[in-house]
Parts: sequence; C-alpha cells; structure tokens
Amino acid sequence: MPSYFKRFSLLLLTFIFIMNISPLRASGGEAEKEKPFDIKEMIFSHVLDSYEWHILTIGEKHISIPLLMIVKDERGWHAFSTKKLAHGHEHNGFYISQTDPYKGKIVTKNAAGEIIRPLDLSLTKNAASILVASIILIVILLSIASQYKKNPLRSMKGFAGAIEQLTMSVHNDIIKPSIPNDYKRFAPYLLTVFYFIFFNNLFGLIPLFPGGANVTGNIAVTFVLAMLTFVATNFFGNKEYWKEIFWPDVPVFLKTPVFPLMQLIEFIGILTKPFALMIRLFANMLAGHMIVLVLMGLIFIFAAMLGVGAAAGVSVVSVAFSIFMVLLDVLVSFIQAYVFTMLSSIFIGMARAEHHTHKVHESTEH
Amino acid sequence: MELFTPEVGLIFWMLIPFLVVFFILAKFAWPAILKGVNARNKYIDDSLLAAKQARDELARVKADGQAIVEEARKEQSRILAEAAKSRDLIVNGAKDKATEEASKIMENAREQIALEKEDAIRQIRREVATLSVEISEKVLRKNLEKKNEQMDMIDRLLDEFNIPKS
Repeated sequence: MPSYFKRFSLLLLTFIFIMNISPLRASGGEAEKEKPFDIKEMIFSHVLDSYEWHILTIGEKHISIPLLMIVKDERGWHAFSTKKLAHGHEHNGFYISQTDPYKGKIVTKNAAGEIIRPLDLSLTKNAASILVASIILIVILLSIASQYKKNPLRSMKGFAGAIEQLTMSVHNDIIKPSIPNDYKRFAPYLLTVFYFIFFNNLFGLIPLFPGGANVTGNIAVTFVLAMLTFVATNFFGNKEYWKEIFWPDVPVFLKTPVFPLMQLIEFIGILTKPFALMIRLFANMLAGHMIVLVLMGLIFIFAAMLGVGAAAGVSVVSVAFSIFMVLLDVLVSFIQAYVFTMLSSIFIGMARAEHHTHKVHESTEH
Repeated sequence: MELFTPEVGLIFWMLIPFLVVFFILAKFAWPAILKGVNARNKYIDDSLLAAKQARDELARVKADGQAIVEEARKEQSRILAEAAKSRDLIVNGAKDKATEEASKIMENAREQIALEKEDAIRQIRREVATLSVEISEKVLRKNLEKKNEQMDMIDRLLDEFNIPKS
C-alpha cells in the first residue's frame, strides 16, 4: 500500500509538471509569433470561469470540451453548445463579447439594439466541475455508507476507514463541541459542507480533465456556501441569539432607539461573519492557484527578457517551487475546509447557545 | 472586476448541486456512517464490559473454588484429626483392656501355678513318704532277718523313744 501510494503520488507530480508546462509552452510559442507573453491574461484565463473546458493545447490545436449554454432573453430560454460560439461566431443573436463591460461574457442585443447580458445560467467549466465532483462525492460516500449496512460492526479498512476517521474527527472535534445542544440536527449540513469544500479544493488541484477548475476559488461558489451558513445561523437562531442582537447586555444608552449603536454593530456582525467565510475560502484557494501559475509564468517572463538559457535555469526553480506549492495547497485544501466547517459550526452554535458562551467561542475564531 | 463579482449562473449551478448533495448525503450517507460507527462503538464498549464481567466472574469463581478447596482441606484435616483421636482412643482402650486381660490371665496363671505347685508338692511329699516308707520297710525287712538284729533294733528304737522321755 505505501509503495502504491508513493508511485501514485510520483505519477501525480509528473502530471502536475506536464500539465502546468504544456499549455504555457503553447501560449509562449504563440507569444513569439503574435504578441508578447501576457502573464495577466494567462493567469486570469486559468483562474476565472469559462464557457468551454479547455483541456490541452498541442501546438496550435486547442483541445477543449464544449459545454452547455443556457440563456434567457426577451424571447425566452435558449440552450445550445459552446461550439456554436467558437471563434467569434454568432448563434441566434448571441455571441461572446470581446469588449467591456461584458468582456468574455455572452451578450445579445435587445429590441432597441443595445448590447445586453441575458440571464446566463450556462453550464460553465466551474459548474461542470461542481457536478462531476458532486457525483464522485455522492458515489464515494454512499458506497461507504452501504458498507455499514452490508457488514455492521466490522471496522472499516483502507479508504473507507480513512473517510470514517475524517468524518468522525469533524463530527466529534468540530461539530459536537461547537453545537453541544443539537449537533445532531446540524451535523449533516456541516459534514456535507466539509466534504464538498474539501473535494472541490482537491479537485481544483488535479490538473487533469475533471479537475483543474478553480471552483472554490470562485467567489460565486464561496458566496453560496457562506449564504447557506448565514441562513442556517439566522433561521435557527434562538431567542437568546436575537436578544443579544436587539437588546444586548450593555448600558442602556448604547442601545436606546435614539442611538442604537449596539444594534448596528451586532447587525453588521451578522453580515461580516458569512462575509469573512466567503472571502477566506475564496482568497485562499485563488491564491494557491495563482501562485503556481505565477511561478510557471516566471519561466516565460525570463525567456522573453533574458532568453531561453535563463528560462531553463528559472524553470528548474519554478517547477520545484510549484510542486511545493501544490503540495502546500493539498494541506490548505484540508485546512480551509476544516476552518469553514469549524466557523460555520461555531456561528450556528452561538445562535443556538442557551447561555452567554460568546466569549468562549470568540477565542477560537481567530 | 470579474474576479470579485459572483455570477448568477454559477450561483445557480453551485446551489442546486450542493443542495442535492446535501439532501442525498443527509438522507443516506451521514446517518448510516454515524449510526454505524456509534453502533460499533457501543458494541466494542459492551464487549469490553462483558469481557470485564466475565473476568470478574472468573475471578469470583476462582476465589470460590479456592474457598471450597480451603474448606475441603480444613475438613480433611479435621476428619484426619478426629480419626487420629478416635484411633488413639480405640488403641488406648484396647491396650488397657489387653493389659487388664493380660494381668487377669497372669493372675489366673499364677494361681493355677500356685495350685499346681502345691498339688505337686503334696504329691511329691506323698510319693516321698510312700517311698521312704517302702524304703524303710525294705531296709527294715533286710535288717531284721536275724533275730538278734530284730532285737537290737527294737532296743535302739526303744532307746530312741526313751531318750526324749528321760
């Protein structure tokens, strides 16, 4: 088993190496002919969402998977393949804008002839990645869950054992202590959040096809996760929680209707908690992706500035550093999933607490 | 900037799969895993408890056995002591009886012997008297074949009778 794992991780590292290099080499090649290497564009094209799933570029040939466009304008719903819009083509009045303010997004013209954005529910690269990761997550966890029914009272081995350990550690070390009153009610949500973030984080680190999308480094994704925690916190907040917000235990002049300072602060507090969750996960995962890309971009910057020899020297350092960064990101993937789950548990636990336990929890927040 | 603007489309595509994943896992995965682990923990705890109870029981049984053996040993030694005592009693009684018997027998024997002896002595005496009479008869007969001797004899006897008279 360990040698197996070692071989697998070696293979993975090799792939990371290759996958990080080859698209860049292609764009570097283009740069020589057409335009200077634009590191900003290279990075943003990797970390941002896109309508098609670009996998590989071999020479001049781009290999990408066309995805589904779903848009709604005044005329109704439209669904078509991304292929129809490739190379600036127009389909049914829709095309990809090349100029601001909707650069790179699908646009159309309304009756008055103005360029507008339709309601865009396209299945983008990130959306597809979420779907794939969700299906894999469901399959893995349901197959493990079925093992408990198949042979109860047997200890789980191998991968199932690892998942069990992880699950029980999140359940017993995060959720239970944070929400001592009714952890049973919130454990399914929090465990799902943990695994969802963890799996999508790891998926983003795999440079091969179903992975590689910067899902958890996209603010829409973290926004949804933070919103759900926000909803769970406030929807299930008890009397104590709301009393703390609207009539906290402070001198009366700080909370009178004339000068509702504390209410204001507490209300902002409600919003900053999910906001912090959203930004933390987004920034951490985005940064991880960006650093690897920047390290790779350095090679081409050096190549443009000092020639191929310098680039060769830098590439050794860059590759070594990006391998290190990717490994660090594996750790960060876990830590961020853990932190998100922990903070969500603490927020929910605070909203469910029967006594003044704020002080205790706040110390663990930092 | 695009990086910091949440896209409606992706919010939709995030929300729906997440909720689907959440409902499926909440229904089928988490309860099964948590219940399975708890059931196993309970089973392990119960087994440990049962093992401890069994061990205690075993220790108790062992102690009981020890006690029984101890008891038996005590009983044994008590019985042995009793047996020794009664044996001594019997032996002593027998000895006393035997001594008594022996002394009685000795007494009898002695008496018998004494009687026998007396009898024998008496018989011997009679025998001796008879013999001496016979001898004296024979001596007298031989000595008194002649007339003068008879007379001497008579004289001497008479003398002998006379001497004490004188």
